[in-house]
Amino acid sequence: MSIIDTLPAPAETLAGPDAGSLTGLDLLEAEAIHIIREVVAEFERPVLLFSGGKDSVLVLHLAARAFAPGRIPFPVLHVDTGHNFDEVIRFRDETVERLGLKLEVARVQDYIDDGRLAERPDGTRNVLQTQPLLDAIAAGKHDAVFGGARRDEDKARAKERIISLRDEFGQWDPRNQRPELWSLYNGRHTPGKHVRAFPISNWTELDVWRYIARERIPLPPLYLAHEREVFRRDGMWWAVNEHAQPREGEQVERRTVRYRTVGDASCTGAVESDAGTVDAVVAEVARSTLTERGATRADDRISEAAMEDRKKNGYF
Amino acid sequence: MSTDPSLTRETESASRDSVSDRRSRDAGSFSRSEGAPALLGDTTLFRFATAGSVDDGKSTLVGRLLHDAKAILADQLEQVARTSADRGFAHGEFDFALLTDGLRAEREQGITIDVAYRYFATDARSFILADCPGHVQYTRNMVTGSATADAVVVLIDARKGVVEQTRRHLAVVSLLRVPHVIVAVNKIDLTGFDEARYRAVEEQALAVAAELGLIDTHVIPVSALEGDNIVDPSARTPWYDGPTLRELLETLPARQAEEDAAFRLPVQTVIRPQGGISALVDDAEADDLRDYRGFAGRVASGSVRVGDRVQVFPGGHETTVTGIRVAGRVAEAAHTAQSIAVTLADEVDAARGALIATAGTVPSGHQEAEVEIFQLDVRPIAPGARVLAKHGTATVQAIVAEVLSRRDLDTLALEDAAELAVNEIGRVRIRFASPLPLEPYADDREGGALLLIHPVDGATLAAATVVAAA
Repeated sequence: MSIIDTLPAPAETLAGPDAGSLTGLDLLEAEAIHIIREVVAEFERPVLLFSGGKDSVLVLHLAARAFAPGRIPFPVLHVDTGHNFDEVIRFRDETVERLGLKLEVARVQDYIDDGRLAERPDGTRNVLQTQPLLDAIAAGKHDAVFGGARRDEDKARAKERIISLRDEFGQWDPRNQRPELWSLYNGRHTPGKHVRAFPISNWTELDVWRYIARERIPLPPLYLAHEREVFRRDGMWWAVNEHAQPREGEQVERRTVRYRTVGDASCTGAVESDAGTVDAVVAEVARSTLTERGATRADDRISEAAMEDRKKNGYF
Repeated sequence: MSTDPSLTRETESASRDSVSDRRSRDAGSFSRSEGAPALLGDTTLFRFATAGSVDDGKSTLVGRLLHDAKAILADQLEQVARTSADRGFAHGEFDFALLTDGLRAEREQGITIDVAYRYFATDARSFILADCPGHVQYTRNMVTGSATADAVVVLIDARKGVVEQTRRHLAVVSLLRVPHVIVAVNKIDLTGFDEARYRAVEEQALAVAAELGLIDTHVIPVSALEGDNIVDPSARTPWYDGPTLRELLETLPARQAEEDAAFRLPVQTVIRPQGGISALVDDAEADDLRDYRGFAGRVASGSVRVGDRVQVFPGGHETTVTGIRVAGRVAEAAHTAQSIAVTLADEVDAARGALIATAGTVPSGHQEAEVEIFQLDVRPIAPGARVLAKHGTATVQAIVAEVLSRRDLDTLALEDAAELAVNEIGRVRIRFASPLPLEPYADDREGGALLLIHPVDGATLAAATVVAAA
């Protein structure tokens, strides 16, 4: 069964929480909505990076809440590496349709086709996303770019501001960040620069799942346990598809797996799991002894500074 | 750099064999029961900052807190163990600072450059920890880490007692009106768990706290390295019957939502569904929403109910609340810290920067104030400086009329000054181009906080707290 079929939570309920009974999730929700509204109020042309992954789905949901009963007042941007899971692209398109959003797509394949980028020897395209992303930001004159990054994902991200200034090369300068005080966010910048805005900076993976469960937020089905043809490589389960083929000696088996993160099909592994419902996923995440990136992302295993290096070069 | 033998056992094993049985080796951990799906109930949120230098054992303390709350997962430990080994640490030894020093430059130099945010949870609470480095730019980092904190943990080395840096950390904490301070007297294992030594340091710390006017101070004897009084009461400090660090963090009241205070809603933006009605709204209802005009913001204090009389700053126009949405959902009432939108009975002018308040309590506007400045930019602030001042959701032009004084950070005494350089704290008189609804920071942390911003390059020049508005 896929959670794509479940309905969104009813928008209208009468009882708000009582005074003083705000839970951690309530406060994280309120903080994120405050940040999203600040960015929309202070910037000319915000855009939300939307991949169909759970964190960007969450930010989109919070944006919908922030501006209800109005619509989300900014478009979404997907940097398409071409190494997608089909069900995620389907989910992306359905979500955009359902919420009446404008979708901009920047395609890595276009850059490879006309020679602006070259395929890497290892076949992954994750690091190739940066240039199409920066070009799309410039072309759309976007002065603020929402992302679903969280500080608990990675040590470099743990140091990044909620409103993070990028120069015209999209670079993050971790040693020269603005202090961020109280809930006064300063996103002023000179022309050519832009900010990345991270409304769910303070959420943990478990917070994200608990909120998804609470709000019944639709997600791509591959976040829940399902049977799939997989093979073992580098301690992870890889789905067999056009972007990931078993090499010699790697045996294909049918296993019940789910994805903890959804990135490229060429760099995201699955974990064995029988968590077939969102509630079961919440319980599984609470018990987990591995971080989501450590468990499932080949791109972050390259070195201790893998994420920092990519961020400095303009990546999220 | 610090090593932590008490944790290496586990690091070592985690780095070599399967990580799946890590849990069974954990001892003395936070109140998360073995194997049970923990953290599934509703928890509250508690924000705290840690201050102190590597020498005080801060990295070890932070590592210990995260570790005992199982917030350090096996692959993170494995990565740290691998890097420690690469750096020539003895077999099985382990550089704890690698867990929190997220930047390459920090790891290379063995220093912490910037505030790092870490997250962990117990059954009772979710914690947001702002780990503030002590050496470099301590004012900037302390201000950043403590501005929103419910509590600050300041470390003292039991062998050294209160040192200059302790006083400075506590001074910043005092000026920012952080509600609770926990002084962790660390390394008591190195003073032989000697009560007399601890009492002497405790007395020093409490004297400084009184002198600096801290609101609520707790002193605890701990060994972060060996875990004494961190999670479980130590058998080696029978002379101490107070709470452990974990107990304090779990029970200190989180920032009181200032629920009894007058309602204050700084308007962020006005929601008008011109672009169409959200898909979250039923079609049946959509027709009624064509003329919706919701004043959106996060409640700074107090609460509001449908039917309440409110007043708008500026202008003082009085009207009635006709509808409330909390995080987009229709509600009858809203409370402090919630992100809401309200509709009003009359067509009032309340754009971004306005403030909606309980009728009769609307603050007066001020175009001049004496403020305490925390100088964050390397360009000193001097009389005549033209800046932008951000207060709530309003940003106005401002000019520094006069630099009044600089703080001696050891005594907090004010002395004459002509300008304020980076990391200095002092008082200035500032004039605003338009009136702001300023409140003294001592009464209202939100209504009394400002950022000063460079009008050309947009840099955050200083944080400011209102001492008195004229």
